[in-house]
Amino acid sequence: MTALQSAAPVVVAAEETEVSGLALFLPADYDLLWSTVLTVVIAFAFYRYVLPRFNVVLDERTAKIEGGLAKAEQAQQEAAAALAEYHQQLADARAQAAQTREEARAEGAAIVAELRTKAHDDAQRIVETANRQIEAERQAAAVSLRAEVGILATELASKIVGEALEDSARQSRVVDRFLDELEASPVAQPVGAKED
Amino acid sequence: MRTDLRPPGVLLFTSATPSLIAASEGEGGFHAPSITDFFPPAILFEGTPFQIDRIWIIRVLATVVLLSVFIVAARRAKLVPGRFQNVIELILDFVRVQVAEQILGKNDAKKFLPMLTTIFLTILAFNLTGLVPGLNLAGSSRIGLPIVLALWVFATYWWVGISKHGLGTYLKNNLFPPGIPPFVYLIVTPIELLQILIIRPASLAIRLAANMIAGHIMLVLCFAATHFFFLEAAPAMKALGFLSLAGGFAFTAFELLVAGLQAYIFALLAAVYISLSLEEEH
Repeated sequence: MTALQSAAPVVVAAEETEVSGLALFLPADYDLLWSTVLTVVIAFAFYRYVLPRFNVVLDERTAKIEGGLAKAEQAQQEAAAALAEYHQQLADARAQAAQTREEARAEGAAIVAELRTKAHDDAQRIVETANRQIEAERQAAAVSLRAEVGILATELASKIVGEALEDSARQSRVVDRFLDELEASPVAQPVGAKED
Repeated sequence: MRTDLRPPGVLLFTSATPSLIAASEGEGGFHAPSITDFFPPAILFEGTPFQIDRIWIIRVLATVVLLSVFIVAARRAKLVPGRFQNVIELILDFVRVQVAEQILGKNDAKKFLPMLTTIFLTILAFNLTGLVPGLNLAGSSRIGLPIVLALWVFATYWWVGISKHGLGTYLKNNLFPPGIPPFVYLIVTPIELLQILIIRPASLAIRLAANMIAGHIMLVLCFAATHFFFLEAAPAMKALGFLSLAGGFAFTAFELLVAGLQAYIFALLAAVYISLSLEEEH
């Protein structure tokens, strides 16, 4: 900086004639002219071409974005609707399954009850049949026993008494009397009643 | 610096021309920045209104580059922007949102957006030439261009005010702000008149030019000093060159900021003045 410092006093006097500081803020005619020309050229380009072109692109982009947003919203709504429907279906299916299960359980219970009743009936019937059969066999046995007892007794009596009882009429009477006596005992009651 | 003892203007307006310094220092010497930098010798048509000089070349170059970039960007503008288009749209959006819509509102912004964009980008491009190696001088550092742009703004806010309210109402709105005691108008009205006639455009133009002039002088000072210290100064002083070089870097970064800031301020104030003319009452 020494150079500047030493030079400055010398310069003060010498420079003032060349360009005054005021010239910095007072425009020359050529300066104004060319500045105007360049400004007009730049302004013309921006007014006529650059900004309109960018506006077209920006508007187009805005339209596209808005369209895209609308589409996205629609898609989202559709998806939401589909989801709701799916949930609804799922709930329906669950309800139906629960109902079916309930019905099946009820039906199963009914079947079990029915089978139990039927089995019970069957058992009772089997018991009854068995009882009836036993009764019939007992009666058959009683009838056969009665005939055999009569013959045996007659034979035995014939051997004891001799030929005396060979007369069939008499024989029959004796047997009947014997049987009547037998039937007087309480156990043989039904046979005696039938005999009457 | 001993020069600090003098009024600061002395350095700016009277600092040495290269020849004088060379005379005092011998061959080479220290090239101090001076206002002759802003009035380079004419190349063509000297003395006519069509004079062409270094600043003319710088301005034309800046115009060509600016228009090329934006016309190419506009021609290639696509729905889905690429990197280049994104940057261009970022700049255009900045003017639209931060300047036009912020001040004027969405409706009025549309009408004045081309003007504000042109002003912002013209100033930005012309400011940046001050940082381009080889050009090294802001196209907006000579007052002509700032004045033209300021006159454009001036004409616009008058025209907008008059066409919206009529001359009488426009002047009444601006010169007789409501809500103050009548006798105060004695002071306020002349000030307001001065404001809308001179102060607004003049401050726009001078602020821009002065910023660019000061920036140029600071940069030249730093780099010329670096050059001098490294190549011509006594060996003991060479280290000072690093200091001035660092200063040069710092001021380059600062000028980058100022270039954008001044363009923004000019466009912003243009929008503010227009919006003041549009207002019903203020």
